Order: sequence, then C-alpha cells, then structure tokens
Amino acid sequence: MKRSVIVDVTARLILPSALVFALHLLLVGHDRPGGGFVGGLVAGATIAAIFVAGGIDDVRSVVPFAPWTVLGSGLVLSAGVAVAPILLGDPMLQKWKIEPSLPVLGDFKVSSALVFDVGVALVVVGLVFMVFEAFGDEEPPEYRGEVGS
Amino acid sequence: MIAVLALHAVVGFGILLAAPLLRRTSALVAVVPPVAALAFAATIAGDVVDGDTWTSRLSWVPGLDLGVDLFVDGLGLVMVLLVAGIGLAIAVYSGSYFAPTPTSARTAGLLVLFAGAMLGLVTAEHVVILYVFWELTSILSWLLIGQRHTDAAARAAATHALVITAAGGLAMLGGLVVLAREAGTWSLVELLDAPPSGTAAGVGVGLVMLGVVTKSAQYPFHAWLPGAMVAPTPVSAYLHSATMVKAGIYLVARLSPAFGDLDAWQPVILAVGLTTMIAGGLRAIRQDDLKLLLAMGTVSQLGFLFVLVGIGFEDATIAGVTLLVAHALFKATLFLVVGIVDHQAHTRDRAELLDRRLGEGWLPVRVCAVLTAASMAGIPLLAGFIAKEEAYDAFLHHEGAAGAVGIVGIVIGSILTLAYSLRFAAVFWRRAAPDDTAVDAPRLVFAAPVYVMTALTVAAGLVPASVIGRLVDRAATGLVGTDVASKLALWHGVNSALVLSAVTIAAGTLLWRWTEPFVRATGRVAPPIDGYRGFQIVLEGVFSLARATTTRVQTGSLPRYVAIILLVVIGGPATLALATTTLPALPDPTDFPAQLALVTAVVAATIATSLVRRRLGAVVVLGAVGYSMAGLFVALGAPDLALTQFAIETLTIVAFVLVLRQLPARFQRDDERPGHLRRLLVSTAVGLGSFVLVLSVTGEDPVRTASDLAVEQSVPKAEGRNVVNVVLVDFRGLDTLGEIAVLLVAAVGVTTLARVGRRRPREGTRPLPDGDRLDPSKPEFNDKDAVGGMYS
Repeated sequence: MKRSVIVDVTARLILPSALVFALHLLLVGHDRPGGGFVGGLVAGATIAAIFVAGGIDDVRSVVPFAPWTVLGSGLVLSAGVAVAPILLGDPMLQKWKIEPSLPVLGDFKVSSALVFDVGVALVVVGLVFMVFEAFGDEEPPEYRGEVGS
Repeated sequence: MIAVLALHAVVGFGILLAAPLLRRTSALVAVVPPVAALAFAATIAGDVVDGDTWTSRLSWVPGLDLGVDLFVDGLGLVMVLLVAGIGLAIAVYSGSYFAPTPTSARTAGLLVLFAGAMLGLVTAEHVVILYVFWELTSILSWLLIGQRHTDAAARAAATHALVITAAGGLAMLGGLVVLAREAGTWSLVELLDAPPSGTAAGVGVGLVMLGVVTKSAQYPFHAWLPGAMVAPTPVSAYLHSATMVKAGIYLVARLSPAFGDLDAWQPVILAVGLTTMIAGGLRAIRQDDLKLLLAMGTVSQLGFLFVLVGIGFEDATIAGVTLLVAHALFKATLFLVVGIVDHQAHTRDRAELLDRRLGEGWLPVRVCAVLTAASMAGIPLLAGFIAKEEAYDAFLHHEGAAGAVGIVGIVIGSILTLAYSLRFAAVFWRRAAPDDTAVDAPRLVFAAPVYVMTALTVAAGLVPASVIGRLVDRAATGLVGTDVASKLALWHGVNSALVLSAVTIAAGTLLWRWTEPFVRATGRVAPPIDGYRGFQIVLEGVFSLARATTTRVQTGSLPRYVAIILLVVIGGPATLALATTTLPALPDPTDFPAQLALVTAVVAATIATSLVRRRLGAVVVLGAVGYSMAGLFVALGAPDLALTQFAIETLTIVAFVLVLRQLPARFQRDDERPGHLRRLLVSTAVGLGSFVLVLSVTGEDPVRTASDLAVEQSVPKAEGRNVVNVVLVDFRGLDTLGEIAVLLVAAVGVTTLARVGRRRPREGTRPLPDGDRLDPSKPEFNDKDAVGGMYS
C-alpha cells in the first residue's frame, strides 16, 4: 500500500484533537450530549484515520495495547462497577460519587456512572480496533493480485 | 450429619486428588467415612426407633428459601444404615479386590463420594436438595460405570445409564417443582403431610414417578442396569443392587401414603412393578454369566419392592421395608461372592465354574453363597423368607382386584426367583471336579464382609423381631401413619401364606430342573426388541432428526439466513401490531420544514443504494442515508443520537472498504440471478413491516409515559442532565452491561469470520474464483472449507 502524504498529514493533525474531543464527550456525557458510546466511537474513528493513513502497523504502533486487552478491560471495569456494590451488601449498580477539588481544573465530579461509561467507551474502542485487526491485516499472498480489480 | 456428609466429600475428593500417591492406603482411608456415618446413625438410632424424627437445618440461599434441611425418621434410618453399613463392607472388600493402582484409588474416592451423595439423598428434607443429591448419584454412577474409559463398551453402558437416569431425573425435577408449588412448601415432610390434589398435582406425581422408574430400573427403562455390570464388582454390588437403585423405591415409599388414592396409582404400580418382576425373572433364569444373572435378578426384585412399598397396604409396606433390608443384605453379598470367584478363578461363567474345583479353604464362602442365595429364593429360616411371607400375607388378605392381581403376579415372580437362585447356588453346591482345576481360596479379609453379611441374613431370618423388627416397624409406622404392631416372626402357624410358599418352592424347583426346555420354549415369545435396542433406536431418531433439521435450516445460503432473520424480527412484531393496535395518524410533515427535505434525501439515497452497480459507490450512497438520518436527529433535537449516528456511519464506511477490498468491484445484476423476485418480495415486506412497527410503537401511550418519567427523574434520581446517558448508564445500566457483553461476542465473531474468510486454500483444492466468494449458490462455494476453518 502506497502512503499518501495528504492523508498522512491530515491524520496526524486530527489525531490529538479528535482524541481530546472523544475524552470530552466521555467526561461530560452525564450532563451534556456525549457519553461512553459516542466517546468510544469518536476515538474509534481516529483509529480509522490512522488505519487509512498507514495501515494496521501504524495502528499497532500508536495504540500500546492489544485490541482484546482494551475490550476486555472495558468489560471488566463496567462489570466491576456493577457488581462491586453487591460485595458491600448494596444492590447491584448502586451509585456513588466523589467530588474532589483539583488545583487547576476546579471542582470535579467522579461518579459510578462515569466509571461505568469509561468501561463502555473502552469496549467500543476495543471493538473497532479488533475489526481493523481482523480485516485490516496483511492479506494472504494468494489474494494479492485480485485486490482492487 | 452435615459433618458426616462433609467428611465424605473431603475424603472422596482427597482420595481422587492424591490417587497417584495413595494406592493401597486409599482403601484404608475410604473406610473412615462409612464408620463415621454408622457412628452417627448409632447415636440417633435409639431416639428414632422410639418415634422421634432427627432434623437439622443449614441455610444455604435464604433469598430462595433454599437450605440443606435434613431429617431422619424410621425409613431414613433404615436407608442410612444400609448405605453406611454396606458401604463399609464394600470399602473393606475393595481393598483386596483391586490391585493397588491409581485407577483403583480413583474408584475408592468415587465410591466415597457416592456414599455421601446417597446419604444426602435419603436424609434430604428440602425437595431441591433431594433432587441435587439424586442427580449427584446419577453422575457418580456414570463415572463409576465408565471407570475403564478406554473400553468402548464401558463408555456406552455409562452413557446409557446416565441418559436414562438423568432424563428421568429432569422429569422428576419438573414434577417436584409442580408439587412444591401446589403444596406451597419446599419441605418434603410438609408436602407429604398435606399432599396437594388436582390435575397439576397428578401431573407432578407422574413426572416424579418417571424419575423413580428410571432410577430403579423398572420396565421399560430397565436395560441400563444389566449394561452397568461392566463396572467393577464392588461398584455393581454397592450402586446397582444395594443402594442407588433403591433411591426410587425409597421415594415411592414416601409418596405412596400421600398419593396412593390417585385413580391411576395402584394400576400403574401393579403393572410396572409386576412386569418388571416377572420379565426380570425370565431374563435371569437364562443367564450363564453369574453377574448378569444377579443383575437381572436385581431388576426382578426391584419390581417386587416397587409393588410392595407402592401399593399402600399396611402389611405390604412392612413387607417392603423388610425386603429392602433383606435384599440389600443378600444381593450385595452375592455380588461380592461373584467378585471373589471372578478374582480368584478369572471367570464368571456358570458352566466353566461347574468344571472347576472350589476345594481347600472355599467351604465358608460356598456356605455363605448358598445361604444368601436361599435367602433370595425365600427359603425359611432366612431374611428373604420373612419378607416374602409378609408380602404373601398382605396380598392374600386384601379383598378386591389389586390383591388378586398382586398375589398372582408376585407368586409367579417368586417362582422365577427361586429358579434363578437355584441356578446360582448350584455352582457352589456340586463339587466333583478334578484336583488340577482347583481355584485358590480367597484371603480372610477379602471374604470377611461376605461372612458378616451372611450372618446378618441368617440372624434376621431366625429371630426377625429382635434383629430388624423394631426398626422395620418404626419405618412402616412413619410411612402408613398408624402404629404398626410388631408382627415379623419366623413362624405364624400353618396359614395360606405358608401353603403358597410351599407351592412356590415346589414349582420353582421344578422350573429349575427343566430350565433348558423352558428357556427354549419361551425364547420364541421374547419381545422383538430388548431395552438397549429400544434406547438406541430412540437415540438414533433424535440424532437423525437433528441432522435433518440442520441440513434444512443451515443451508449455508447467506440470502436465506438474512431473509429468515429479518422476517422473524420485523415480520412477526409488525403482524402483531397490525392485528392488535389501531395505527395512529401520520404526523404532520409541515411541523418541521427541515424534516421534509431530510426525509426526501433519505428516501432518494436509499433508492440509489439499490440501483448503484459499483460496490464502493453503493457504500457511499448508503453512507448518505446514514448522514441524512443523523441530520434528521439534529432537526428533531436529539444531539446524542445524531453524534452517535455520525460516528457510526464514518466507521461503517471504513469497515465496508476493508471488506470490499476482497470482493469484486461490481455487483452481479440481481435480476439476472435466480430467486430475484423472492428477494424483492422479502425486501418490500420487511420495509413495510418496519414502517408499520415504528408507527405503531410511537403512537402508543406507554412510551410517552416512560420517556416522561425518565426526563422527570433524571436530575433528582441520577444527578445527570443528559437523559439519554442517564438512561444508558443508570436507569438501564444492567441492559447496557449486557449490550457491551454482546459487543465482546460480536468482536470475537467478527475476528473469527475474518480469519475463516481469509484462510489459505488447502493443498490440492482449487483457489477461490473471482466471483462472489461467499455466495453458496455457486458450485465453487465449499462450505466445508468455510465452516471447517472455525474448528481447525
């Protein structure tokens, strides 16, 4: 696959801001438009941009984890938030929150809903990553000649 | 008792885990649990015989009202003593029977676990606990029968036993749940004290009886029991004659007083029990393998027991409990004798053994064999005689058809029993073989359990009142509800039962003398298929049905799969909506002017998608549909949905491109392919169905109420102002958890599909052609390759 300079540069430019946007959607999701699903999808779309620019190898070098690790840890996180209260004798998905005051960022709200949503986002990102891993891998040599006919 | 059960579990698993190390010592360790169980039984025996019921409760899942509730009454004590007592005998015997190998240690461990499960079964008060132990015995029986897992016959026999008993067990679970619901209690004791009535209760009893007849090897489910004889002899003696097969008898005894007045009860008990008794006897008299002879004899005696404890006559119940004890004693002993002979002489064949000399040192074993066989035959002075006399007496004194049918049936059964008992005993009676065929005598510790149990058989026959009288009376009293006075005795005077016994002995002896002609004569009237063949036919039927269904449904045609899925998911609910609701009027399109333009775009793009011939072009136009939809969401004030839709569309296009790389650039013209009209119809129907469905759902009031509620509660309950997100992560958090779990499954599925689709062609197969690779209607499509890849 030949690299296109335009696509390559655009992808690099988009990457940081798109990721920040994804993070923003994830964090404000409880009160404003956004949330884990959308945040995960936007992050997934940035992976797609990297893939289009540089193929699966670039994606692998940018994301330091294996797709199944991302997906699995997301599921474990969400399920953990859901199940943990049972161990403390509360009903499943019992909610909690802490409101720390950070020096620069100001007041902040971390709730069980946010942690749950982070898990959802990780699962979505993991799924997208996994699709690229599955379909975007180098083709078996036999098929090369038929591509793009 | 809980401690005793726990001890069984600990010792059993301990032996299993340490099997390679233990070898000989496993036999010693295995003795501990039955001794503990016997000690426990001894401590409560006095109170229970005086009329108390010992109980113990241990909460397990309080929310489900599920607890390990145990109780021991008269019958329970009888069963506990049998399970523990014979368990001890088997444990001692196994030490000599098996060569000290890891396999035998495994057998010892499984036997201990089985003894624990069996103890739990006969003491369980909670019906679910009863069922759990019931199935545990089935599973352990399966493991023990299939102990020699390299032997195909052993595996087949084990599977046969498991399928039959576990299927019966499942039916029983259903029946127990129905009965417990009807009675409003999970306690077996309370359920039987105030039995429910009505159709549901009748069905429940019927289902429980299915479990009973399969477990206790009654016709027509008997065939697994002779098959189970591939197991080592101690296993056969313990599970398949003395204890496990009695579980069904135990339950019938419990159910009979409560449900005996159902119309179908007595006819079913008599028909099943007597058929089993007579057919089992007919099979037993033609066996040459001594173990199979005993196995068929066990089937026959189980039928006898089934009738006695089930029929509901007071005297018959006493006879039944007596026979329960007597049978366990004599049949376990006889199995052990066969095991000794097999171990020393390496054959169980009757004819071969008649030519061998059982001389020096064999006398005690031979005496025991003859005595216990005589007890089985019902010869006076032995335990079996006491039980049979009592049974004759009970049926003779009962007026009516049940008594008459019963007495005829059990007399015929007893004549057969006498005949096969003599056939067995003859091997140990006649001794005129030459010296050079002598078989080594067994060691004392090997034969000791046989001596002890024979002594008990003789003692119970000579002075029944003092040996087992009070125990049997107590058990029978607990079952029939009224005080049963001790009537067990060796000598009742000359009465009609005694005369019948004399007739039985005479007829049985004659039958034994002319066994061969009799077998030849009855061979011609034997049923065309035996039990095992029947089981196989049913099993093959199930398999071929499954194969037929699979080939019909799993054709490998993607269009067909998609059509089936869409028609079910959309067509079903849409039809329902049309039939049950009146569709609301269409919303006025002029309310949102932007809406009109966007909808037009969606429709135009959709039509374009189906017309575009290049795949990539189709994907782009399809993307236009999605983006227009997202615009529609923005116009309607749903920014969350719009955001998600945009992101999804973007990703979908990239994903499509990935897949398209592997497909030809252009579609084949659909109207040139077969089935075009059918696909067109399905598409149109699904499209219209979705329209109807969405329209009917949005018009419904409950939806409005639900969304209003969510909007109202969002801030006060969940402290979130984005209602969509609050619903996702809070109100419906559990649903979301389920959905992301589905995403995981989808990811695995996608990866698998991708790998399968891109697998290298096998050596020698043609490379895939340029056409539609996934189109199974093409002759090139090789679904074996596609599917096989998933498992390779």
